[in-house]
Amino acid sequence: MNETVLFAVLSLSAIGVASAVILYFVAQKFKVIEDPRIDVVNEILPGANCGGCGLAGCRAFAEELVKTGDLSKLNCPVGGSDTMKQIASVLGLEAEEKEPMIAVVRCNGSRINAPQKVIFDGAESCAFAHALSAGESGCPNGCLGLGDCVVSCKFDAIYISPETGLPVVSDEKCVACGACVTACPRKIIELRKKGKKDRRIFVSCVNTEKGGPAKKNCSVACIGCGKCVKECPYDAITMQNNLAYIDYDKCRLCRKCAPVCPTGAILETNFPLRKEKPGEPGTEKVAEPVTAG
Amino acid sequence: MKTFKLGGVHPEENKISAAEAIEVLPLPAKVCIPVSQSLGAPSKVVVEKGAVVRTGQIIAKGESFISSNVHSSVSGKVTKIDDVIDTSGYKRQAVYIDVEGDEWEEGIDRSPEIIHDILPDRDTIIRKINEMGVVGLGGATFPSHVKLMVPDGKKAEYLLINGVECEPYLTSDHRLMLERGEEMIIGVKILMKALGVNKAFIGIEKNKQDAIVHLSVICSKHPGIEVVPLKVKYPQGGEKQLIKAVLNREVPSGKLPIEVGCVVNNVGTALAVYEAVQKNKPLIDRVVTVTGKSVAKPSNLLVRIGTPVSALVEFAGGLPEDAGKVISGGPMMGKALTSLDVPVVKGTSGILIMKGAESKRAAALNCIRCGRCITACPMGLEPVLLAQLSENQLFERAEKERIMDCIECGSCHYTCPAGRPLLDYLRLGKNKTGILIRNRGKK
Repeated sequence: MNETVLFAVLSLSAIGVASAVILYFVAQKFKVIEDPRIDVVNEILPGANCGGCGLAGCRAFAEELVKTGDLSKLNCPVGGSDTMKQIASVLGLEAEEKEPMIAVVRCNGSRINAPQKVIFDGAESCAFAHALSAGESGCPNGCLGLGDCVVSCKFDAIYISPETGLPVVSDEKCVACGACVTACPRKIIELRKKGKKDRRIFVSCVNTEKGGPAKKNCSVACIGCGKCVKECPYDAITMQNNLAYIDYDKCRLCRKCAPVCPTGAILETNFPLRKEKPGEPGTEKVAEPVTAG
Repeated sequence: MKTFKLGGVHPEENKISAAEAIEVLPLPAKVCIPVSQSLGAPSKVVVEKGAVVRTGQIIAKGESFISSNVHSSVSGKVTKIDDVIDTSGYKRQAVYIDVEGDEWEEGIDRSPEIIHDILPDRDTIIRKINEMGVVGLGGATFPSHVKLMVPDGKKAEYLLINGVECEPYLTSDHRLMLERGEEMIIGVKILMKALGVNKAFIGIEKNKQDAIVHLSVICSKHPGIEVVPLKVKYPQGGEKQLIKAVLNREVPSGKLPIEVGCVVNNVGTALAVYEAVQKNKPLIDRVVTVTGKSVAKPSNLLVRIGTPVSALVEFAGGLPEDAGKVISGGPMMGKALTSLDVPVVKGTSGILIMKGAESKRAAALNCIRCGRCITACPMGLEPVLLAQLSENQLFERAEKERIMDCIECGSCHYTCPAGRPLLDYLRLGKNKTGILIRNRGKK
């Protein structure tokens, strides 16, 4: 073999070996010791990176879980109780039982209930419309229907109904990550307990105006009359700023409040149909169950 | 001919009402005076329901530094203190007054005589301007007395008077310069005295040749005041653009004109200053242009603050059948009204009734990256990029791209061949970025 070639091969190999040795020691020196449980926890998590836990993504959540070793304040709404239990067993901790939640839209100002008075033709963004106008119906609190919540949802669980112009949350797809709650500039969307058999009762209005002006713009606005507050046997309903609010921790789904509401602002979902009392038909206000997605 | 260099557009002029002399609108039967009439904190109501007020009486006091007094524009009885629906459809506190006669507060000089002698005392001038509730009449309604209090370490060299009126359609400033020029110039002199400057420039676009000539003649008698004719270009009425056009100075990003030794005031403000200081007259009326291509009688009206817009429209021949939008302000920066019951406020410079067809926005198509918005931006921004950043909620990045420098002139939206709502997204982005910056300051 030619001497030149031999020299070249040898010197290159020497450089290679030397670099490998240096790199090995550098790697040892700067090694980041990571808890192997982070990877395990990360595997269990759904990997949606939705931010529903309040952290940047699933990996960050896994790191936080392992680092703090405390499950009381951390919760993955997407995975739900099962996921949290699995994680708890890996970390040797006890997971709290959290009831599944779901996003509800607290506005029923559909095209019929709250007729359009002016045309908004700015950018298709609720945030913008909210900053500029009181809304097409004139209700300063109601849904603008431009779909900021739809854009924010990473689970395709919310869409704007073409008939009513209001957002509809899919019971199956919603994971209660809360992205839509943050996206809504009018604070209309709220996370509530999913309830047994998806049954929920809530006041579908956020208008804080007095009865007269509220009713003028929307026929199903809460007028703050307080009839539901008097009717509720469990003290679950409170009245603030002319607006009733049903506390989902206290509510036992007895359905007594809905029929007394004069404007029909209280909405019941997924309940069986009421037995019609003779003499007063047509008091039904059950929302249609959502099937499409 | 002088103008600013960067960007700018030239919309169709349409100064239909330019030849109409200012007419006094008859007193309305009722007025409704919103309490918050200046940039800054709302003023506090100092009258009660049932009180009898006289024209010029103070009805709301500005309590914080950036805030101004509001006076009754008519004499009569306060019927209620309630909410009124403002331009955006939201509710704001206002004082409702039923008009009874026209009795003025004592001490207000209503004679047409022009008072030339100016008080030498700077503090008295500023105090009077503050008391009389004078705010910037260009539209932004910044309290005038605040502008005159030059912060320590800064010095005003020049006073710039904005007679540009670059908005198409509007002619109220034009008419003021022609009809009240003499008084206006005294107002300018008062402002100069308050600022301690001995040079003032009045910038006027050359499409108002008669105003340029008229004011030049008056100014020849007053050394130190000079009329500067400017090329017609929108948005030359913007403070920063005007300074660049007249003095060729650039206001640094995020800074006020005082940084380069300037204070800018509108011509209407100069007249209001004259009336406040020389005649003790609070700011209770202003000139409003009522115009539009299909308006029967385009006019320039002297209107008491609080008059409903419907009264102005009625005077101009009623709402035309083909009306599509009623805009408060000019077509470029104005805002479409949701109702005609909205009262005229200190910032209302015009009421523009647009025809149905031309008021419609074109459907937004995809961006073709032609870069026209970048060419048109007078602040040297990239509207297309900023709008995308704002749409995708990347506000940190938008801040780096100087979104806060946007003056919301709408030149980008105007030039966009794809009809994209660039300004809407920029405004949204500015708002959100502003919140971000303020929150950062708190921590």
